[in-house]
Amino acid sequence: MAASEEVLALQAEVALREEELRLLRQRLEVAKAEPFSRHAREPAPLPPKAALSREEILRYSRQLVLPELGVRGQLRLAASSVLVVGCGGLGCPLAQYLAAAGVGRLGLVDHDVVELSNLHRQVLHGEARAGQAKAHSAAAAIGRLNSAVQCVPYAEALTPSSALDLVRGYDVVADCSDNVPTRYLVSDACVLAGRPLVSASALRLEGQLTVYHYEGGPCYRCVFPTPPPAETVTSCADGGVLGVVPGVLGCLQALEVIKIAAGLGPSYSSRLLLFDALGGQFRCIRLLGRRSDCVVCGDQPTVTRLQDYEAFCGSSATDKCRSLQLLSQEERVSAAHYKQVLDAGEPHLLLDVRPQVEVDICCLPHALHIPLSRLERRDPESVELLGDAIRKGKQTIQKGTLFPIYVICKLGNDSQKAVKVLQSLSIKELDSLLARDIVGGLMAWATKVDPTFPQY
Amino acid sequence: ISSPIGGAELLFDGVKKHQVTLPSQEEPWDIRNLLLWIKKNLLKERPELFIQGDSVRPGILVLINDADWELQGELDYQLQDQDNILFISTLHGG
Repeated sequence: MAASEEVLALQAEVALREEELRLLRQRLEVAKAEPFSRHAREPAPLPPKAALSREEILRYSRQLVLPELGVRGQLRLAASSVLVVGCGGLGCPLAQYLAAAGVGRLGLVDHDVVELSNLHRQVLHGEARAGQAKAHSAAAAIGRLNSAVQCVPYAEALTPSSALDLVRGYDVVADCSDNVPTRYLVSDACVLAGRPLVSASALRLEGQLTVYHYEGGPCYRCVFPTPPPAETVTSCADGGVLGVVPGVLGCLQALEVIKIAAGLGPSYSSRLLLFDALGGQFRCIRLLGRRSDCVVCGDQPTVTRLQDYEAFCGSSATDKCRSLQLLSQEERVSAAHYKQVLDAGEPHLLLDVRPQVEVDICCLPHALHIPLSRLERRDPESVELLGDAIRKGKQTIQKGTLFPIYVICKLGNDSQKAVKVLQSLSIKELDSLLARDIVGGLMAWATKVDPTFPQY
Repeated sequence: ISSPIGGAELLFDGVKKHQVTLPSQEEPWDIRNLLLWIKKNLLKERPELFIQGDSVRPGILVLINDADWELQGELDYQLQDQDNILFISTLHGG
């Protein structure tokens, strides 16, 4: 008897899978025919699930026996869809735990490709995936983990024109992005589409987590009505991040998503969780509720459609480092030009203005090292050090000619700031000096001049 | 009056907590005065990353004893002995 029941169940399962395959092939054909039609790519809503299969019962048994979740919660999870915005340090662990827990469908958004410097924290992507789209890499990894979860990769940036339709297609949204414009975009889209948003962020050794727009709670704009000045925002590429920190936050974020999807309710609506990895401390802060004068979720909203968030925030929707233009062309030289200066043995001073921790990673050994922060506050010891080096250098050149000083940093932003500082310093050694910076910094040196030089 | 300050430590030479004793003055200390005092006494470099006008810049949350300062009068809140003022700089990385 038991055996024939199993046969029947398996036959049903096979029929189900065949139907799924048929639908997938159908969608594939439609997608091929209309590559730019967004609607064709939106999967149909997940049907409510009535019962768990024998295999599902075994698979989820350890969480099924939790009275807080139970069969009811598991069925809700299976019928719910989650949009993951960003498949990086937060999105990887989040998607992994959501898939493992048996969420019905995951939408995976990321416009970026896997790079070697991502792997310490973006744990769904492997070495072999370098250069591939993160959305597809994450979908493949999730597929290996739990083949029952439907994965929809979107290998593109979330934009004001695409976000609303996309968000409407999902029950819960997780903001795992890495930049300010995307955070405002995701939040506004969630308010307009009426979806709860679980938002996390991480940098260096700290993380933050909040649930927005959940049952009358505040949205991102209620808490942060005005975007921060672009120059005060630090990206993971600039400031660094310990891989496990977004890992911790992504897991907590997955927990909140699961509680919302399973009907248990979140813990961090109107609250902000702060994680201090170095001090080993979690701290929870009470936030204000929804603002009645919020421009998006308030009583009389003025933002009723998505806008241009890059213009609103004055920064681009990426965490790549910005390129500043503080100096004129005559005040800048290329890495290749500096190589010629070196090869010709021309007298000069090379000033490396990176922080000590980056000099420890790699440096050009003949450079004088003074961090930009010390130059900016005119640290007397550093100014003296610089004065000595210039005085010594000047002895090697003809009187009356300008002594060249080349300033270098990682990417060519801080070096421009340093040249500005040098131009404003009033010490006698700085007379008859020609200060220029090296465009693209040491990373340009590594790509254009010396391929053996480390990139970081 | 003493008020430990946490967060935004990179602006303060990497120090996260400051136990400060404010000089006594005739007017009671409020947050507005405290910000001016911090700018003058604690900020080592680039005050514009912390202060804009007479308030904190957008993107920094101010908490008075773990609750949002808007619940308590913002700049006009009068400091009490042992108050805990927390400045949180929002993170955006992922």
